[in-house]
Amino acid sequence: MQLPNINKKRIALLLKEGKRLDGREPLEFRDIEIESGISVNAEGSSRVKIGKTEVVVGVKLDVQEPYPDQEDKGTMIVSMEFSQSAGERYESGPPQMDSIEIARVVDRGIRESGFVEWDKLCIKKGEKVWCIFIDIYCLNDDGNVLDASAIGAVAALRFAKFPVYDKKEEKVKFGEFTNESLPLTERIPFSMTFYKIKDKILIDPNRDEEDAADSRLTIALSEYKKEKIINAMQKGGIAPFSIEELEKILAHSEKIYEEIFPKIHERINSLIKR
Amino acid sequence: MIIKIGAEGESERKQERKLVIPGEVIVSGEEYLPGDFTKKENNEIIANRYGLAEISRRVVKIIPISGVFEPRRGNTIIGRVEDITFNGWVVDIGGPYSSFLPVSECPRFINKNNLAEFADIGDIISAKILNVKKSGIDLTLKSKGLGKVEGGRLVKINSHKVPRIIGKEGSMINMIKNKTKTEIIVGQNGYIWIKGDLEKENLAEEAIKIIVNEASSDGLTERIEKFLEKNLIK
Amino acid sequence: MVYAKRIDKRKFDEIRPIRAEVGVIPNADGSALFAFGETVAIAAVYGPKPLHPQHMQDPARGIIRCNYTMLPFSVAERAKPGPNRRSKEIGMVAGNALSSVVDLERFPGTVIDVEIIILQANASTRCAGINAAAMALAHAGIVMDELVSSVSIGKIDDKIVTDLIKEEEDYEEGEGATDIPFTMTSRTKKIAHLQLDGKIPISRFKEVIEAAKKACEKIFKYQERALKGEKIN
Repeated sequence: MQLPNINKKRIALLLKEGKRLDGREPLEFRDIEIESGISVNAEGSSRVKIGKTEVVVGVKLDVQEPYPDQEDKGTMIVSMEFSQSAGERYESGPPQMDSIEIARVVDRGIRESGFVEWDKLCIKKGEKVWCIFIDIYCLNDDGNVLDASAIGAVAALRFAKFPVYDKKEEKVKFGEFTNESLPLTERIPFSMTFYKIKDKILIDPNRDEEDAADSRLTIALSEYKKEKIINAMQKGGIAPFSIEELEKILAHSEKIYEEIFPKIHERINSLIKR
Repeated sequence: MIIKIGAEGESERKQERKLVIPGEVIVSGEEYLPGDFTKKENNEIIANRYGLAEISRRVVKIIPISGVFEPRRGNTIIGRVEDITFNGWVVDIGGPYSSFLPVSECPRFINKNNLAEFADIGDIISAKILNVKKSGIDLTLKSKGLGKVEGGRLVKINSHKVPRIIGKEGSMINMIKNKTKTEIIVGQNGYIWIKGDLEKENLAEEAIKIIVNEASSDGLTERIEKFLEKNLIK
Repeated sequence: MVYAKRIDKRKFDEIRPIRAEVGVIPNADGSALFAFGETVAIAAVYGPKPLHPQHMQDPARGIIRCNYTMLPFSVAERAKPGPNRRSKEIGMVAGNALSSVVDLERFPGTVIDVEIIILQANASTRCAGINAAAMALAHAGIVMDELVSSVSIGKIDDKIVTDLIKEEEDYEEGEGATDIPFTMTSRTKKIAHLQLDGKIPISRFKEVIEAAKKACEKIFKYQERALKGEKIN
């Protein structure tokens, strides 16, 4: 059933008092769970759960020609799909957040951060570079699939190992893995999406809250020399934001980054060590 | 075997309920009769559905624990208006069929040129099922207490848990209503409308979630009562 | 060259370690996971629910709409996302296998959506998918006579083997590899799905049927345990 009007009103009413139906604070994330090794056939893979929202992400690598204007840099393609099992989507009414938009926003957050050292993915300038395929799949949608996808993509990249590359035959030996991780820097991206219901801001909505929202703003951050850098932003939905709201969101984003990011970082570190 | 004394003073013999899967032989014997979701083949009573098998007198039936709402004539349901046509409202009540509330089944004078005035898309109504056809379900408001609801919130549970929420002769739901001072309408389709103070609505919803998750029902009403009292003092 | 020992050292009639669990997708009406060793499938069921557009409805019965997807990273060489002819065919044969045990006349004009997702693949993916889907349908409270259980039987060189891995599918020595995915109903022991790809003399097919029967009975016990609440890992 689509969100009833009375539930939408209840959500807005509670938010006026700084409360949510599940008892969270407006700027509080649900529990985030991260696992690795979802597919042994992937160069890297992860599963991320935020509350009941669940995505699986896989990294596949292949050797291809570079883009003509970036002859010595590796390439990346991010795709995203909602499995039909993710949740009931109705004949009429608002569609899920567009999977293409999610893929592109996740892509920009990673690409612009300097997280991946693209020149270290070059095998032979102008001819052969590594191409990173990131495939995101949502298994269960209980809101905030975008943030879950972004966390999953970064985790999968960090778990990934190069496959064996036969230099003589110039072919990838799929199924054979090296122990070499991808060339990644400390500038790890983390994105959070702020949702607006009337004039109240919240993050990590569940499905109902996301349906009740009037618009949203995704901010992808990374840290460089102790400063938080914005690498991507995306406003979605129709209702506009005021300048004050934007400034508040930017201030919130720094705080949330400092609260949540270290926990995720630690969790991924502990999975890598195993 | 549990021997239960019924309200009339008769004694009933009830076997402990067993979780069975489709195709499972529940019991063998010429004397048994196939009830809901079972069939009889060669003196074996076979389950046709995942659920709890119950043998009462000689009838073997399955009590469903999962699955979509199965509409029946006379059910009180709660639904959301999906669309408005020239002569009524298309209502989503879950389950296998779409349902329709014709203007002719509404008791009050309704502005036929502006049905949205009475109930607009996204509004919640409580209604009764008039009949169930292959082509869809017809709803009616011609009964006490039915109509559009204002305020409050809608909660969804699996329709098969509704009897537990209501309790024997309404004992459970009335207790929750009284303790939390909320209005509650329980739809047989698993949708429950709750209205009261925001805090009390939360509490009632929590109580309902606990009932849904509880495996055993022994003393459940008392446990929920204690839970509510504890949380009301806070 | 005779296939004297299996590549992964299993006995010829030995199934890989099985994982089975229900309730893995909260939003679905029913869901389940089933794995043969490294081949992992998830199934989610929605319905019965109204089927749109109306012209697709069958006034006499409901339909099962089965969609099979391999995640791009489930296989060693990335599979491009999106449906292809193979996935559509598998959706069809799987849907027919499941339809054979479901009471479709109960809710005419409706649809039961079954989604099979392969997270990780090492052959026998459609069999793992059908096993997961059967559990998911039961879990969703769908009225069904019985379950179906599915396994891949193979003739590798001259040996009849149970539950193929990819290396066996690709085996080229001797008589090569013949792949026979087989699905049987759990109580009435009928054949709900059968495909064959390779070459095998008619005289040997009886051995295939025997192997399938034995394996499907074992698999059914796991499906039953998972439905009764076990998380088999």
